[in-house]
Amino acid sequence: MAEITMKNIVKRYGDGFQAVNDVSLDIADGEFMILVGPSGCGKSTLLRMIVGLEDITSGDMMIGGVRVNKKAPRDRNLAMVFQNYALYPHLTVFENIAFPLRLRKAPESEVRQRVNEAAEMLELTEHLGRRPANLSGGQRQRVAMGRAIVRKADAFLFDEPLSNLDAKLRGQMRTEIARMQRRLGTTTVYVTHDQTEAMTLGDRIAVLRKGVLQQVGSAHQLYEEPANLFVAGFIGSPPMNFVPGRIADGRIETPFGTVAPTSERITRIGDRDLVILGFRPEYFEDYSLVPAGARTRGHTFTVDVDVTEWLGNELYAYVPYEAPEEVTRQLGELERELDSEQMRTQLVVALDPASRIRSGTKAELWFDPERMHVFDAATGDNLTRDPDRTFDDDNVHAGVRTE
Amino acid sequence: MVGQRASRWWTTGGLLILVWALFPLLWMVSLSFKDPNTFRSQTPTFFPSKWVWTNYQTVFSDALFTSALRNSIGISLIATLLSVVIAMFAAYAIARMDYPGKKFLLSMALAIAMFPQAALVGPLFNMWRSLGIYDTWIGLIIPDLTFALPLSIWTMSAFFRQIPWEMEQAAQVDGATAWQAFRRVIVPLAAPGVFTTAILTFFFCWNEFLLAISLTSTNRARTVPAALSFFTGASQFQSPITAIMAASVVVTIPVVLLVLAFQRRIMAGLTAGAVKG
Repeated sequence: MAEITMKNIVKRYGDGFQAVNDVSLDIADGEFMILVGPSGCGKSTLLRMIVGLEDITSGDMMIGGVRVNKKAPRDRNLAMVFQNYALYPHLTVFENIAFPLRLRKAPESEVRQRVNEAAEMLELTEHLGRRPANLSGGQRQRVAMGRAIVRKADAFLFDEPLSNLDAKLRGQMRTEIARMQRRLGTTTVYVTHDQTEAMTLGDRIAVLRKGVLQQVGSAHQLYEEPANLFVAGFIGSPPMNFVPGRIADGRIETPFGTVAPTSERITRIGDRDLVILGFRPEYFEDYSLVPAGARTRGHTFTVDVDVTEWLGNELYAYVPYEAPEEVTRQLGELERELDSEQMRTQLVVALDPASRIRSGTKAELWFDPERMHVFDAATGDNLTRDPDRTFDDDNVHAGVRTE
Repeated sequence: MVGQRASRWWTTGGLLILVWALFPLLWMVSLSFKDPNTFRSQTPTFFPSKWVWTNYQTVFSDALFTSALRNSIGISLIATLLSVVIAMFAAYAIARMDYPGKKFLLSMALAIAMFPQAALVGPLFNMWRSLGIYDTWIGLIIPDLTFALPLSIWTMSAFFRQIPWEMEQAAQVDGATAWQAFRRVIVPLAAPGVFTTAILTFFFCWNEFLLAISLTSTNRARTVPAALSFFTGASQFQSPITAIMAASVVVTIPVVLLVLAFQRRIMAGLTAGAVKG
């Protein structure tokens, strides 16, 4: 058991490329921390610096209160699950799991007992005599986890452990990892680029972009109070819609009409010539389905619906709109960074599946202006964010011990 | 239809090449069983008219051959062992580590492998004589190593490169020292490569002729390929051809046995299942 503290961690490669830039992060004892970001954001490098496979250029890496910058991986007592499992193909499943204990020259009886315990927990008991080549992907994944568990390590580190599995198995293994972590209560750092894993697994999520930490918080905080355009666009699927806007005399001009929100979080911004407004797809609704009481509270506008996608539990509608050149350019850049290919300026709105709106028709949509996010057009900072907002169930399903 | 015809062509072509390659071997075996006095008969036959073991008796009763066999086995095994062990460390360094002069080292190794041996024979002869290792095992092992090592290093570093980095990193995280990771993970995984290299090196040393004949003068260190050229028949008037063939068959057998014994090890990609495949 140990807490992991990073102070101003920097990783600069020989060619001058800065993979991790001044990251400071506290991971509490027993906490499940997710590192997430698009590929190349430095999340794996950061993880490898924790475990010691990558040198730290500058900064302090503390594990359990001890500075470990110069310690070899084997002296850090951490367990790591690799993306491609890295099982030893010449050893049986039993010996694979027992490997760390064998290196430590643990007595045979202890090895046998611990491996059997881990195997039972991971339902590998009947496969102990087999070799990794004869196992399925999910089983290999569990062997890799077994090798981590058996160590009684101070912390678990996962490097995109599920990215090689098919979608169904990924869901199963996700719950299995969550269950295992909760049962063992071991500090865990988990790297992923999959936001479903990020949202569901961890106690807290750290979002990285080009080696810079963007925001750390619970899934709720990231979703409801994103720090900037990047986090807002990265978390959530389909992603948040960004549209240009102008604030004049407390009224906000949007491509679909002018609104006048009254809540303090928006009015405190003051007048600005150009801002970027953020709307989650679910902020919109088909006007005909909005309860009469709410209709007057929101803003209603008419649009041409380009395409609709009915998914049974939801209906996505795509609405093109015109945007000024400057905004289009910035949004295009953001989308490239987020690995998305949506180049045209369009709204994605998630409607009630009962809606009668269909492709190629005109539709009346409704939204509540009080919910929108306002971002600075130049810096991308979220001007409406309340960084201290906490959510009731932040720590409930994550299982953090609050005492 | 086309595929069927094409595959028949491949089979025919393969058979032709096989016959082409095997014919001298068969001829050698056949000759070794012929009577040394009558094998040059008026009506030549491919297979002996009378199968005899006399040639084998001749070669095994000849000290020239038996000591040469002993020398060959000893020198080849020692040179192979040394070469494989040294090459293993060198290849690991080349495959895994980054250090200045690595490219230079590799190209030098290649250059040595390309170097014409004949050009070295004269200087070596003089040097070995003044060093007092002319006509000794060590005097053959050293040049053998020189020419076998580049080959071993190149083959083995190719094998080491195929082993995923993660295997070693996983071992390190699991608590292994660099040496433990090398011995308990990398070497077992590279075993097919080590075997392949060992066999190739062994063949090289076993078949080496030029140095063996130039740097030896007596039975002390003369290896089989060199000794064969000194063969005479049972008597001065007898042709040594059949006896030489018998000796050739004897030295071919270990090569064939080695390949048969290890071909599965060589082929088996042991890394299967290490990573998601």
